[in-house]
Amino acid sequence: MIQVKGLYKSFGNQHVLRGVDMQIQAGEAAIIIGRSGGGKSVLLKHLTGLICPDKGEIKINGIDIVGMQERELLKIRREMAVMFQGAALFDSMTVGENVGFYLQREGKKTAAEIAKAVESTLELVDLRGVENKWPSDLSGGMKKRVGLARAIIHNPSIVFYDEPTAGLDPVVSDSIDKLIKRICEVKKVTTVVITHDMRTTRTVGERVFMLSEGQIYLTLTPDELFASKDPKVYQFVNGISEGDDII
Amino acid sequence: MSQIWELIVGVCYSLFRGDWKMSDIVNQIYLIGVRSQLVVIVTGAFTGLVLVAQTYFQFHKFGMDTMTLAVNSVAMCSELGPVLAALMVSGRVGAAMAAELGTMKVSEQIDALRTLNTHPVDYLVLPRIVATTIAMPVLVCEAIAVGILAGYFLGVYILGIDPVYSWANMVNITSVDNVITGVIKGIFFGCLISFIGCYKGLSCKNGAQGVGEATTDTVVSASIAVLMLNFFLTLILSKIFAVL
Repeated sequence: MIQVKGLYKSFGNQHVLRGVDMQIQAGEAAIIIGRSGGGKSVLLKHLTGLICPDKGEIKINGIDIVGMQERELLKIRREMAVMFQGAALFDSMTVGENVGFYLQREGKKTAAEIAKAVESTLELVDLRGVENKWPSDLSGGMKKRVGLARAIIHNPSIVFYDEPTAGLDPVVSDSIDKLIKRICEVKKVTTVVITHDMRTTRTVGERVFMLSEGQIYLTLTPDELFASKDPKVYQFVNGISEGDDII
Repeated sequence: MSQIWELIVGVCYSLFRGDWKMSDIVNQIYLIGVRSQLVVIVTGAFTGLVLVAQTYFQFHKFGMDTMTLAVNSVAMCSELGPVLAALMVSGRVGAAMAAELGTMKVSEQIDALRTLNTHPVDYLVLPRIVATTIAMPVLVCEAIAVGILAGYFLGVYILGIDPVYSWANMVNITSVDNVITGVIKGIFFGCLISFIGCYKGLSCKNGAQGVGEATTDTVVSASIAVLMLNFFLTLILSKIFAVL
């Protein structure tokens, strides 16, 4: 379970998060939506302990991670996985080495066991026979799949996705959405997706948090979101840029 | 400044309590040490050659030809060998470290490492610092040896200096202290260059431009730092050897 209370973060004079409160239940698929530059990725980096807040509380499975040293956080992060917006694959390693990185560093499995785990995890994300390719040889969608395979190989209980469909065509986006949904169901993980893609919200989400002006403006189900007549929600969902910039 | 201290503390902690792997260090020794040999050998050879040539031209006027190789030997061991090898390594290795770590930083690869239960200092910084600290004295020894050999070849076979007296003078004047001074300087320089490269890479910002700036900063900072540290090490080590 993820609990966030009164989370504040500023970069200089820019107040990005202004008191975020939210709670995501174990096994839930939560979507965090909001305008570009609205602080979604900053919020995700807080949830994963990559950024320390100015003020507030973040509890992951009941443990407050705010103020923890990096080495303490590493233990908490064993339960987490992150798929980064640009995949963030290690470009000096092959796909197989990228995916097997966690297990190789952990040092508990033999090379053959790691190779088998890499193969099965790549199959789970619909990739086969790409172990020896380099990240530079892959398309954007394939990179995201490899990034996801690398993230979930150690069976985490929480998976974070940062803009999983950004920069992908609708067909590949749909396949990524279905993949996220499948992993959520197969692995029974808590899923947190940062996106402004409404299709991802509809396909993957069980609950939607709308981030606006540094706070959680509304929490709804996807059906409620798409039926909402709230001006901010309506403007965002329908992508209306006319009128006042109210979001 | 606090970030520098933070990294120093992080490296010290990692050395004794961190989750670093010997295989990473060995790999870095290969990349840093083995692959820097050519540039260091060429630098050492030509430094030895030019030093012998210039010294010979001056000493020959006073009939001191057989002291030429001794001057080359002492200078190569305690000053030119370590300093020039360090400057070459800071250009090749320090810049590469800053560029690699800087690229990883701006492309979120370091964040990815952190989410994969790996501390960046354990995986990226410590192996590089340890490997450079180990490899640098070896590279310095190579530069010294090649510089002396190249100087000997030029002096004896081309300039016609008497080999027996030259060798005797060289052995008499060059002490073990000179060689140890060079090796100790190499250890400090290796540690310094790799630390600056890693620090500049990890503190890199602003995309490709930031990586470029980090790389340039590393070469400039490391070169200046090597020259300054060399001065202080020369003073300190000469005092220590005088007492011993």
